[in-house]
Amino acid sequence: MSSAKTSSNAEDYLRMYRQMVRIRTFEDNANQLYLSAKMPGLTHMYSGEEAVAVGICEALRVTDKITSTHRGHGHCVAKGAEFKEMFCELLGKEEGYCRGKGGSMHIADQSNGNLGANAIVGGSMGIATGSAYTARLLGRDDVTVCFFGDGATAQGLMYEVMNMAALWKLPVIYACENNGYSEYTRTDEIAAGSIIARAEAFGIEAHQVDGQDVLAVNELAQKLVARARKGEGPFFIELMTYRYHGHHVGDINREYYRSKEEEREWKQNRDPIIKFRGWLVAQGVVSEGEIDAMNAEIERDAAAAVEYALNASYPDVSEVDMHVFTDVEHALSQPTA
Amino acid sequence: MREITLSQAVNEALAEEMRRDETVFIIGEDVAEAGTPFKVLSGLVEEFGTDRVVDTPIAEPGFMGLAVGAAMTGTRPVVDLMFGDFIYLIMDQLCNQAAKTHYMSGGKMSAPLVVRTNLGATRRSAAQHSQSLHALVAHIPGLKVALPSSAYEAKGLLKTAIRDNNPVVIFEDKLMYNDKAPVPEEEYLIPFGEAHIKRAGTDVTLIGTSSMVQVCEKAAGNLAAEGISAEVIDPRTIVPLDEAALLASAKKTSRVIVVDEGHQSFGITGEIASRINEKAFYHLDAPVLRMGAMDVPVPFTPVLEDLTVPTPQSVAENARKLVSGEMIHAA
Ligand SMILES: Cc1ncc(C[n+]2csc(CCOP(=O)(O)OP(=O)(O)O)c2C)c(N)n1
Ligand SMILES: [Mg+2]
Repeated sequence: MSSAKTSSNAEDYLRMYRQMVRIRTFEDNANQLYLSAKMPGLTHMYSGEEAVAVGICEALRVTDKITSTHRGHGHCVAKGAEFKEMFCELLGKEEGYCRGKGGSMHIADQSNGNLGANAIVGGSMGIATGSAYTARLLGRDDVTVCFFGDGATAQGLMYEVMNMAALWKLPVIYACENNGYSEYTRTDEIAAGSIIARAEAFGIEAHQVDGQDVLAVNELAQKLVARARKGEGPFFIELMTYRYHGHHVGDINREYYRSKEEEREWKQNRDPIIKFRGWLVAQGVVSEGEIDAMNAEIERDAAAAVEYALNASYPDVSEVDMHVFTDVEHALSQPTA
Repeated sequence: MREITLSQAVNEALAEEMRRDETVFIIGEDVAEAGTPFKVLSGLVEEFGTDRVVDTPIAEPGFMGLAVGAAMTGTRPVVDLMFGDFIYLIMDQLCNQAAKTHYMSGGKMSAPLVVRTNLGATRRSAAQHSQSLHALVAHIPGLKVALPSSAYEAKGLLKTAIRDNNPVVIFEDKLMYNDKAPVPEEEYLIPFGEAHIKRAGTDVTLIGTSSMVQVCEKAAGNLAAEGISAEVIDPRTIVPLDEAALLASAKKTSRVIVVDEGHQSFGITGEIASRINEKAFYHLDAPVLRMGAMDVPVPFTPVLEDLTVPTPQSVAENARKLVSGEMIHAA
């Protein structure tokens, strides 16, 4: 664990801890919804990677933007989203962030600068870079963070947009969440050479950091975000992390590509929440009792949000052809002769 | 009225919109000093600078994706896609990202961008620089598609496209860049979804798009000399489509030919013919005919290339057959 700053950071530390627990709790509930067949479709759990999203998003302002991935609940929570709207979206309800039209893989929360999860691996890299272009063109000082997985580094789009971001010094940070796998394949089988060297080839300053250490992630993110804001970007970060569940909630029997021992090692010895909790208590920032109370409160919040979402209404069927175009209320009922 | 080329019309539309709205910017390959291979954008970088007339590396998916993100966050990019054939390269960003942004976000986000590109064969450019691929994007809900048929439409439709809050793809006919047409000095916009009756007639309706509007007009001229009165309609945008105007004409003349430069199979002609069949069936005296580009890759050699696209002669020939009743039981 990185060294402590001062006790005046206590509030920041507790917020980071809280956000990590909120993500874990959200995912545990989402997983239960899937297992009890209450959630349509599949979803990809962020559990295990919490320190990445939280460490980075805690360095951002509300006006800063992020783009997210198919494994996007963690980014969404970390950027400020509420449980209620998120569970509603996962269940396809009208009060979801996207009125039930996006679901888990497209959850977006524009009010907090989350431009959306993306079901195309690597598909949001252009969007993040363009968001940074807007900031530069309109003279805004916001920064955009592009989250993507190790698997996405195989997409050509990444190289095209990193080239442009470097040429034009755009305020974008490419954050590669290297969890060791792309779907059911080990990263070293799909990525030749070094991941950060890919960015360095474009003259982009690149860092590798322990993605299970929220303070290390946050410290690096604080520095890079501040520099990107001043026009010193772009930057690239490779965050070494691990996903606890299968590739998606249905990926249960996975010993053919990943051993139980490996999973146990990460969960027991490198868990970002357990590690941070231990550190907080050791530093005297918070007591065990206070932590337990916080965890219990988050669990109650999540349970209430799930309950709310289960009872919430679905969008009216008339919404099916709404929002196809911005200026046509119902795309399929335009007057004909 | 003054006459200007289609190329000048596009240039004027962009300059006017960029003066009016500082969030509009152009992005693409060789758009700045070079002003594109077709010289359509000459002079714009001098007025608006390189932040708003942005030369990119040769990376179509990259700058298309960048445009989507820029559009989602408060600007209005006009993407210059050098050849319509390169649309295959940007399909993911255009169709999976831009087209779905508004819908997937439940109406909370949008991607107000324009892709300016081109279509049209017979420039002796062979199969990878001659395609008319507007049907590919017209198929995708969430994208609007405009097909200007002269300098006048090119200017008015492009201005409307830039102001539209949805992603719009506008295809210019690359053989028409130097063609002149009357274009008013004063500002005007052409609304989307309003077809234009180019020539009124009573015996047969010729629905033509883009490059095929001129072909239909020439065919109508030839037919008039033989006593056949052809009505020529230009839909101007295929998404949205002015179905009402097309149906009204079909009901009036009872015979329709749809002429478009995209490949005939699974294309625009089939879509329009089918809508007329569904909604004006009892008014028709003959099957609605489709005339698209031949279903072959566009060949290089002029003797073959010229066979692949509808001509005034082939359109007139089909119109004669329709009017004489020969086509009622067409195989
Ligand atoms: C373009 C594309 N190809 C394939 C897929 C199927 N797919 C979904 S997630 C995934 C693996 C992504 O791996 P990574 O980027 O490392 O993210 P992780 O799931 O590990 O978070 C694949 C192949 C997809 N959604 N999009
Ligand atoms: Mg991965």
